[in-house]
Amino acid sequence: MLLIRCPHCGPRPETDFRYGHEAHIARPEAPDQLDDAAWADFVFLRSNPRGWHRERWMHAAGCRRWFNVVRSTVTHEIIMTYRPGERPALPDGLDEGGKR
Amino acid sequence: MSEPFRLPDGGRIDRSRRLAFTFDGRGYSGFAGDTLASALLANGVRLVARSMKYHRPRGIMTAGVEEPNALLTIGDGELATPNMKATEVALYDGLAARSQNVWPTLAYDAGAVNQWLAPLLPAGFYYKTFMASQGFWQHLAEPFIRRAAGFGQAPGRADADSYDHRHVHADVAIVGGGPAGLAAALVAARAGLRVVLADMGSGLGGSLLYRDGEIDGRPARQWLEAACQELEASPAVRLLRRTVVTGHYDQGYLVAVERRREPGLRASGRGGPAERVWHVRASRVVLATGAHERPLVFPDNDRPGVMLAGAALSYLRQHAVAVGRAPLVFTQNDTAYETAFALARSGWSRVAAIVDTRTEPTPHLLAEAEGLGIRVERAAVVVGVKGRAGVQSAEIMTLAPDGGAVRGEARAVDCDSILVSGGWSPAAHLFAHVGGKLVWDEAAHCFRPERPVTGVALAGAVNATFALADVLAEGRAAGAGTNAPAGAPGGAQGGASGPSAAPLWQVPLPRSRTKKARKAFVDLQNDTTAGDIQLAAREGYAAVEHMKRYTLTGFGTDQGKLGNVNGLAILAAATGRSIGATGHTTFRPPYVPVSFGALAGVERGDLLDPVRRTPLHAWHRAHGAVFEDVGQWKRPWYYPKSGEDMHAAVARECAAVRTAVGLLDASTLGKIDVRGPDAGRFLDMIYTGRMSNLGVGRVRYGVMCKEDGMVFDDGTVTRLAEDRFLVTTTTGGAARVLDWLEEYLQTEWPSLRVYANSLTEQLATIAVAGPKSRELLARVSRGVDLAAETFGFMTCREGEVAGVGARLMRISFSGELGFEIVLPAGSAMAVWEALMTAGKDLGITPYGTEAMHLLRAEKGYIIVGQETDGTQTPFDLGLGWLVAMAKPDFIGKRSYARDDTRREDRKQLVGLLPDDATLVLPEGAQLVETPVKLADVPRFRPPDTGGPIYVDGEPVPVPMLGHVTSSYASAALGRSFALALVKGGRQRHGQTLYAPLETRTVACRIVDPVLYDPEGKRRDG
Repeated sequence: MLLIRCPHCGPRPETDFRYGHEAHIARPEAPDQLDDAAWADFVFLRSNPRGWHRERWMHAAGCRRWFNVVRSTVTHEIIMTYRPGERPALPDGLDEGGKR
Repeated sequence: MSEPFRLPDGGRIDRSRRLAFTFDGRGYSGFAGDTLASALLANGVRLVARSMKYHRPRGIMTAGVEEPNALLTIGDGELATPNMKATEVALYDGLAARSQNVWPTLAYDAGAVNQWLAPLLPAGFYYKTFMASQGFWQHLAEPFIRRAAGFGQAPGRADADSYDHRHVHADVAIVGGGPAGLAAALVAARAGLRVVLADMGSGLGGSLLYRDGEIDGRPARQWLEAACQELEASPAVRLLRRTVVTGHYDQGYLVAVERRREPGLRASGRGGPAERVWHVRASRVVLATGAHERPLVFPDNDRPGVMLAGAALSYLRQHAVAVGRAPLVFTQNDTAYETAFALARSGWSRVAAIVDTRTEPTPHLLAEAEGLGIRVERAAVVVGVKGRAGVQSAEIMTLAPDGGAVRGEARAVDCDSILVSGGWSPAAHLFAHVGGKLVWDEAAHCFRPERPVTGVALAGAVNATFALADVLAEGRAAGAGTNAPAGAPGGAQGGASGPSAAPLWQVPLPRSRTKKARKAFVDLQNDTTAGDIQLAAREGYAAVEHMKRYTLTGFGTDQGKLGNVNGLAILAAATGRSIGATGHTTFRPPYVPVSFGALAGVERGDLLDPVRRTPLHAWHRAHGAVFEDVGQWKRPWYYPKSGEDMHAAVARECAAVRTAVGLLDASTLGKIDVRGPDAGRFLDMIYTGRMSNLGVGRVRYGVMCKEDGMVFDDGTVTRLAEDRFLVTTTTGGAARVLDWLEEYLQTEWPSLRVYANSLTEQLATIAVAGPKSRELLARVSRGVDLAAETFGFMTCREGEVAGVGARLMRISFSGELGFEIVLPAGSAMAVWEALMTAGKDLGITPYGTEAMHLLRAEKGYIIVGQETDGTQTPFDLGLGWLVAMAKPDFIGKRSYARDDTRREDRKQLVGLLPDDATLVLPEGAQLVETPVKLADVPRFRPPDTGGPIYVDGEPVPVPMLGHVTSSYASAALGRSFALALVKGGRQRHGQTLYAPLETRTVACRIVDPVLYDPEGKRRDG
């Protein structure tokens, strides 16, 4: 069971939280302008990397706020959590998008 | 003496406390400090079980958690606990143990006939049986297997024991209380860290409790005593004895089960829990879980009296039990010599021989054996065992130098037990649980932890480190959180501590015997033999995970702790690969079986799941309501009067709503207060319809969809003020919808000034429905003009009902004139009772969810989750009028321009009238174009026959066009009807489809889904 640091409440067990989905997928400003492929990419397709993954969680049994987590899909290690609207860089030597 | 195998002195037992127990009804005695296994052995009880498949006689094989045979049922009635390992049950006075999987008795077991059926029960028996004809499976194989296989019986009575869970945090969590774990704990405790140490045994010490050794120039047992005293006195150290860590999870999380009361033992006084689950979260984890001794694979190696050499030493030193008068030790390494020497020195046993597979055993051990008068057979192996219910003699042959064959004459050696050691396998299960990788170590001949896992340290035998000095050094380093000292596994110290001799994975058989070879078992619990594994390899199941499932090696309550590595090595040899390349199966939690009671803890009975009751619950119960579970809510399903069945009650309730007036408790509907200057804009994005132009005091029905355009909830939106809306949701969707609104407000549109709050529990809703509902409300309300012209459909008024301030909404989910009264939950009961009293002469009738469902279905109104499954657009449901495509954007809008959502043949909502007006179709029934009877369709045709199957010239399976979503018998319609989703359904009105049922096929006409009052004349009363 993961230990997740909620940016508002501090470290809490995974059962306090609800997993959302991949983070930083902004809803398109003007969906009508998108072709079918671009819209399908937004609605259906996610990156599912092997390695570091930015993902969105909600502290369901706590402050009920959404935030972002950088987790390794290989080791489950969590290296940072941060609030929506932020996007801190990964520590030196770690690859975004997860290829190792 | 009553305990013929008990030594006159020694052991860690309390001879002043004699305990009586029974096994299969027969009385025996033992001492405090015994395990059930040691007490049985002390009494000379050898035969304790029958094996799963062949029902062979089996005895106690081990002294611990890896025991494959001695699974017994402990206790009776509501305290009966099946499948307990005799090696792990502490003896108590009055313990009652029973053997399992035997009929009629353990000694004369009819199932033993399976031994002679063995040629019919090869590896892969289950797979091959499944491939046989259905008749063979149903009538012969399954009943036979069900009776013959398996373990203890699940108890028939509710468990009388209690269980609980505790959570604890630590700086260091240490698993295993042997020398490595204790050394780690001492260092960590002295550094002032919070330490949790969990150990399976009743006493700390691990191998130090029965093996020789010196620490700091003193006997190891003195060091152990001092270590235990120091740890017990340390306030920051929590020692968990009889506690087995069953799972190791990410970021230092351990789940452990503590045995606090023996199985079958009735709690005295307040008792406390029988088992306690510990949830440990630690900054660092130290695994000092030791190693498991491997048995040797030779013919009839499962006979009672064959036992691990280390187990025999443990019984001797801990319980003063000699497992045999004339033991024979069969080994390929040094460790078993200590067992032989200790038994010889006890003065009680005469060691028949040490049979060592090595040509050159360790010289100082040979000298010691000679001094004790023990004959050592070098380069020798046991090739056979005499004695079915107990070892009587062993057959010995000489091993060729390459280990691949035996030669010379077989010689018989009389003995009453065979104590085996085939090397040691690190118990690295908990390391693997968190993704740790194991590699085959060619020097230590075992799978050893390789790549480190962050925050996890290993110490001792789990690391393939066996010499005591190295074990302690690793333990200290792990406790301090530093790197382990350099040094090769196996260590600097010699002596009887290294298992590093080359293993002999399977004893070769003399040529003359290989054809009619006796069974050489690899996995005793699953009756898997070396031959089964070789057969699996020949039949193509050469991958370890395939071999496991084909032969069952590694399944069961011991999960292959005893036999797995031997099995992998035999598979490697059969497939010409190295053991490392063959690999091992996956280690998953739990490390040992965990009782359901422990997992549940206190969360059973009334505490299993929260129950949500509406403020009117007491009234419903007092008036005989039958309740339906809707999520966690209890909702009145129907209110039967005396003598009424459900059908009659529902028909009466429906008639009351259609002709008079009914009351429904709709309080479970989700209610969300959405407010703020941007609330209208926000709801425009959430709903497919437009909400921002809703006038204050008006109500609008809407559906919300996901971005894929599919409906996920529905309900009404009422504008209470310019900046304030009351949103209702389905009962089951309340929490989901609030989360949905919050996610968009927090992440997509944080600049919108909107707040959403749940009011579901604060507000009650009473639905008043029926042509006389206006008349009823006129009698009890004040300050509201109820006239149809002024209080229009889908509008909201504030006023007083029975003296309580409330909102009234003109909403109808039945098609009749209807009002919903929304009021504070605390006032709901008074208002409901006032309505019931005021409406008596109008025929007022409370109705439940079943009548509500039926009434809405007659009107073709959907229920999300019944007519929808997450793949329906509003257009599919005939709700296109709810979609404001003129809005620039809303969630899901863009998806309605996708080809897939515009297909003509999407499943669409239709009404369905069965030709047989008395038949209520089952919900979920499939609809097809051709009247095929299911009875005509062959149940099973092997896939390799090729081509479609035809019935009456039609290919089977026939194309499925849709399915029934709701189905009822309607009194108002005078017939049965259904709602269904049918491909291109709106173009099929008037067509006939067929519902193939178990015994008949029903023709159904497709019609418009609105079957009752299609003109909507009844809405205004």
